[in-house]
Amino acid sequence: MAAVTEPNHVARTTWRYALLIAVAMIFVFPILFMVVSSLKPDAQLLRDTSSIAAFLPVGDISLDNYFGAFRRAPVGLFIFNSIFITLVTVLISLFLCSLAAFAFAYLEFRGKAVILSIIIATLIIPFETIAIPMLMVVNSLPFIGANGVQWGWLNTYHVQMVPFLADALTIFLFVQYFKDLPKELIEAARLDGASWFQVYRLVIVPIAGPVFATAAILKFLVMYNQYLWPLMVTQSEQVRPVMVGLQYFFQLNTAWGEVMAYLSMITIPVLAFYLVLQRAFIASIASTGIKG
Amino acid sequence: MSTSGPQKSLQRHPLAGWLMIAPAAVLIATFLIAPFILAFGYSFTNQRLISPNPTEFVGLRNFEQLIGVGTLVLSPETDDAGVVVRDDDGALQYPTVRSFTRANDDFPHLQGMQEWFGWNWGDDRVVVLARDLVFMKALTNTLIFVAVVAPVQSALALLLALMINQKLRGINIFRTIYFMPVVVSIVVVSLLWRFIYDGRNGLLNNLLEFLSFGLFQPIDWLGNPGTALWAIIAMSIWQAVGFHMVIWLSGLQTIPVSLYEAAEIEGANAWQKFRFVTWPGLRNTAVLIIVVITMQAFALFAQVDVMTNGGPVDSTQVLVFQAVQRGYEQQNIAGGSAISVILFVIVLTISLTQRYLTRER
Repeated sequence: MAAVTEPNHVARTTWRYALLIAVAMIFVFPILFMVVSSLKPDAQLLRDTSSIAAFLPVGDISLDNYFGAFRRAPVGLFIFNSIFITLVTVLISLFLCSLAAFAFAYLEFRGKAVILSIIIATLIIPFETIAIPMLMVVNSLPFIGANGVQWGWLNTYHVQMVPFLADALTIFLFVQYFKDLPKELIEAARLDGASWFQVYRLVIVPIAGPVFATAAILKFLVMYNQYLWPLMVTQSEQVRPVMVGLQYFFQLNTAWGEVMAYLSMITIPVLAFYLVLQRAFIASIASTGIKG
Repeated sequence: MSTSGPQKSLQRHPLAGWLMIAPAAVLIATFLIAPFILAFGYSFTNQRLISPNPTEFVGLRNFEQLIGVGTLVLSPETDDAGVVVRDDDGALQYPTVRSFTRANDDFPHLQGMQEWFGWNWGDDRVVVLARDLVFMKALTNTLIFVAVVAPVQSALALLLALMINQKLRGINIFRTIYFMPVVVSIVVVSLLWRFIYDGRNGLLNNLLEFLSFGLFQPIDWLGNPGTALWAIIAMSIWQAVGFHMVIWLSGLQTIPVSLYEAAEIEGANAWQKFRFVTWPGLRNTAVLIIVVITMQAFALFAQVDVMTNGGPVDSTQVLVFQAVQRGYEQQNIAGGSAISVILFVIVLTISLTQRYLTRER
């Protein structure tokens, strides 16, 4: 019996792996092409597209395109802007959203249910449908900074951060997680005389690591990949993030090598981050689908 | 701590509660709810980003401008004897559409409209006119994009999830790879694929030429009105399909193994197991995925902005792109808001319909 099924089983397993690998190539090759091309001079890059060499680091390999990209645009500035905006927004939004979720999950107060359901209902509003009126909002808001009060938020860092500090999805994720935590912990802390903020900081935050990781990853992906909003609010080069900085590479006679170098620079760190933490990344996305 | 006992004192703390939700609530009210309400408000005015004149209420004019359509039935030209005129090729001659839409007092409702599409009906020619041709193309293209992407991407994502759900050594490596494009920005992907789709040196043309032994004629995928939207569709699916694969996968893993064992004992084949065990267990996941993909698809913007700018000949115009063109580039906040409102109403209608059709019975 075993002698009959064994070759059959092997053949089937081989066929399954072949299919999995074929599909994997569809996802890997464009990204591989991007990285490999960033190392080649333009002429060779174009020539190589007609053969398998497009995916191999062969021929005249160098980092020239990377230097070229830095000469063409203030790449370092763009990368700094993106990291700064993303980092500050992720940190503050984790704090504000988890704090609000804590109150929604554990405290009773008038109006709580209504406010929570309004917040959840905003999940149905795509950002793209409010981007235009949002321009009006930020254009007429005051901001108190180092130079006193200024009107209008265009061309600043905060215009790219403040609108995204609180969002329904992040609050929702935290509420779901907090609801399942044992209530006894909180009651014990309260009886010991801890204030609500102390309960949040000393009891809940230390045991909520997984949901903080999930929310941080989702927010990170959204913020780092922002395009439409910074495109509209950053006419000034000083505050532009990497995705808008791409426009420097759009020119008519595109220098493809430099384009690929720039794309690789702004993508590889995220990919590396993903490959190291891939379990957490995938769990984050999956958790957005737990509740319909 | 009051005398009301520990249980009660734990719960009733209005001040602490309000203080903790206040920052998030104020931010959401200012940057989500206010602009949302303003979108409706502005769409009934002539608001501009910066304007010396005061804003005026204009009623439904913005919407009439956008969605105004009309039809026109053109009869063939006849000569003095009433015989239809034919040109040298024998084709019928029609009066120009322009003669009805420009300064023609008999057709005031068609004033300023442009020909959208038309067809022949007997000897007559029926022409559909639109007041805002670009908007109509943007609306149609967006609907085509959603109608193709929602089912195709959901189905492919399910297929990938089923492949990844097999018990094979090293399967997690494939899961990691299939998900990879999701973490790459759609802006990066769009620029990268502009090169893949290139008419001369593009990878896709070279690949197709190789696979067809040189028979395939290169196509400028993004420069051709017939292929540009489809090129954007294919690339968008490539980038996002891993996202929904993961959601399907978490749905698949909630189905109890015992159900599969029972089906096996009953002698079910692979298809029957999918049809009677897997698919019923994925019902809620399916609704969620279709709604999520639909909403994401309506928001299509970056791909168009980076790859085609709406061209060639408006074949990739879409709603968000038009809203940004008007609201931002032309500083016409009212016009952009009106498109946003139409977009939101469509998204809301479709997701409510989807939820209603797939409700628990």
